[in-house]
Order: sequence, then C-alpha cells, then structure tokens
Amino acid sequence: MVEFALPRNSKIQQGKTWPAPEGAKRPRTFKVYRWDPDSGENPRVDSYTVDLDDCGPMVLDALIKIKNEVDSTLTFRRSCREGVCGSCAFNVNGRNTLACTTYIEETDGEVKVYPLPHMEVVKDLVPDLNQAYTQYSSIEPWLKTKSPAPERERLQSPEERAKLDGLWECILCFCCTTACPSYWWNGERYLGPAVLLQAYRWIADTRDEYTGERLDNLEDPFRLYRCHTIMNCTRTCPKGLNPAKAIAEIKKLMVERRT
Amino acid sequence: MKSMRTPMARVRGLGSAKDGTAHWWAQRLSALALIPLTVWFVASVIAMAGADHAAMTAWVSSPVVAGLLVLLVVATFYHGYLGLQVVVEDYVHHEGAKFATIIALKALAIVLGLAGTLSVLTILFRG
Repeated sequence: MVEFALPRNSKIQQGKTWPAPEGAKRPRTFKVYRWDPDSGENPRVDSYTVDLDDCGPMVLDALIKIKNEVDSTLTFRRSCREGVCGSCAFNVNGRNTLACTTYIEETDGEVKVYPLPHMEVVKDLVPDLNQAYTQYSSIEPWLKTKSPAPERERLQSPEERAKLDGLWECILCFCCTTACPSYWWNGERYLGPAVLLQAYRWIADTRDEYTGERLDNLEDPFRLYRCHTIMNCTRTCPKGLNPAKAIAEIKKLMVERRT
Repeated sequence: MKSMRTPMARVRGLGSAKDGTAHWWAQRLSALALIPLTVWFVASVIAMAGADHAAMTAWVSSPVVAGLLVLLVVATFYHGYLGLQVVVEDYVHHEGAKFATIIALKALAIVLGLAGTLSVLTILFRG
C-alpha cells in the first residue's frame, strides 16, 4: 500500500546516546534503530560510539560489540558472520546489505543501521519476513519431475549446470525484495525479486520437468508483472547477483511459449 | 481485527490470473513502433515550419502520410493507456476506485484516439 508519511506510532524519536569509551583513539558513531513492542513507545534511534581500534572490521562486529559490552537489549539477527546465511541483512547508510560483509572503513561518517525497509518490525533490527518466506515456499523451490526417480543421480551437462550460475548463490537475505518499490506498494501480491530469482532458478534447471506449471503459476499481472525494471534489486544485492535479469528471463519465456 | 487466514492462504490468494504477458508485450511493441513514428512526425513538422493551411492539408491528404499519422495516433493512445493502467494498478489500492479509474482512462484513450484518427481521415477524404 502506498504511504507517503509514516504512521503516527512509527515516527522516530530522539534516542539515548552512549558515549565513546575512555581514551578511544578511533571513535566511530553508530546510529541504530530501536523499537520495543512491549514498551508502547515510538521507535527511536540510539547512538553508540565504538573505538575502531578495539573492534572487528565489519559493521556486524560493531553491533555484536555493542550488544556484548554496551547495551544488551539491542536485538538483531546474525549467524554465520561470513555472508552465507543471510541473517544480518539491514539497511546500512541507506542501502540494504549484509552487516557481516560491510567494512566499517568503507562507510562514511556516522553509520546508520535500520531494519530492512517496509517490513513490519518484530523488534529493533528484526523484520517480520513471514510473508516473503511464504511467497518463497509458494513457488515450490525443489526439483519436481513427472518421470520416476532414476537409480542414480539426475544427469546434467556442464553447460546445463552453468545455467544455474548467478542463481544458486542467492542466500535469501531479502535485501533485494525490501529495496523494491513495487514490493513496498504491492508486496501482498507481487512476489518480489528474491522469490522470482529463486523461481527462475528452478525454471532454468534442466533436470526439472515442471517448467510449464512453474510459468503458469507466475503468469500474473501482480505476481510477476509488477516488476518495472527499477533495478534496485541488482544494485543492492550483497552477493552481486542480478535478480532483474532473472525476472527478464522469465518474461522472455512467457513470450516465447506463446509465439 | 487481524485476519486469521494462514500466510499461505493469503499468498496463494485468488491464484494466478494466467494473464499479463499480452499486456507487457503490447507495451514493448507499441513503444518500439513509436520510436520511428515520433521521429518521422517531429522531423516532418519541423520541415514544414511556416507552411500555410493548404500545404499542411495537402501533406496530410497523401495516403501514406495519413496512414502513418493514424498509426501514430493509435500507437500513442494505446501505449499511453497501457502505461497509465500500470501506474493505477501500482498505486490505487481501493478496488472500486481502481476499477473506475482504469475504465475512465480506457474510455478517454478511445475517445481521444478516435478523435485524432477521424481528424486525419476527414482531411484525407475532404481535403
């Protein structure tokens, strides 16, 4: 739904400020979005100053340091700390990315850390990804065949396998989907770039025998065609993938099967 | 009140409309057609700058020119309607208002397209 202003209870208020530690040589300030559903208060932005000489190099290192040593109430998701799990996806200085693969040194000035845009917030930096995960499950992201299971592996030539490059690397962090204005306005019906890239991952898989049914399921003015090639998805992807191209490939197949 | 439907029921919704490809393709093709038509039209008008009424009507009275002008008018309003429909679907979320706006836009495109086409044909046949 299009909203031009934040709802009254989402307006961001002045938060708490935690000063730099004594004798900090390279202080750096992190402005972190905070919201506690139990407090009944509006969200606020807290300010934490960390000494970079006493902190790991990544934005996630700073968040973990803050949680461990300064303010244990700060809530965020993280797991692998090396860009393969997709848990620590936040909006850092206006761009959706993984905190664990973003160097603090490569950001300018105060580091603003907000949850992924336009999703309901569970607490602090934790967005509610229920709808996105359900949309992912709706495209049936597994190999589907008509013919009975073979005795051995399902074969694929190196060229056929190469079709999956740029698709299988997606870690489902939803940086792209939550960067997409079409998803912001029509997320209940538009599947969004992450799920469409995953859908194409199975359409492009030469071992899969349900390509037609998969295309049927996507051929919809809202599920697929809300993509207007805005390209925010490709611009923001922390894995360097190109969801916009995957969506374009789906659209090409839609035309190909009727001409 | 919060809906008690499961997330899957909401995501699956009314199912796939199995539609949208023709619309998307028509939008691309009409855009392609408009490139040469618009260039031709703008160049022609510039070339005829300062021409009097008689010269203009004589120009339009050529079957080739009249045909291209009709194509330009039809492609413009068709393409414009397709694009505006997408904008309305993106931003208008009240079902009734969305329906009414899309139908009104379609009617407007047909009326304007018809007016343009008939104007060209009037000049072609009556000079």
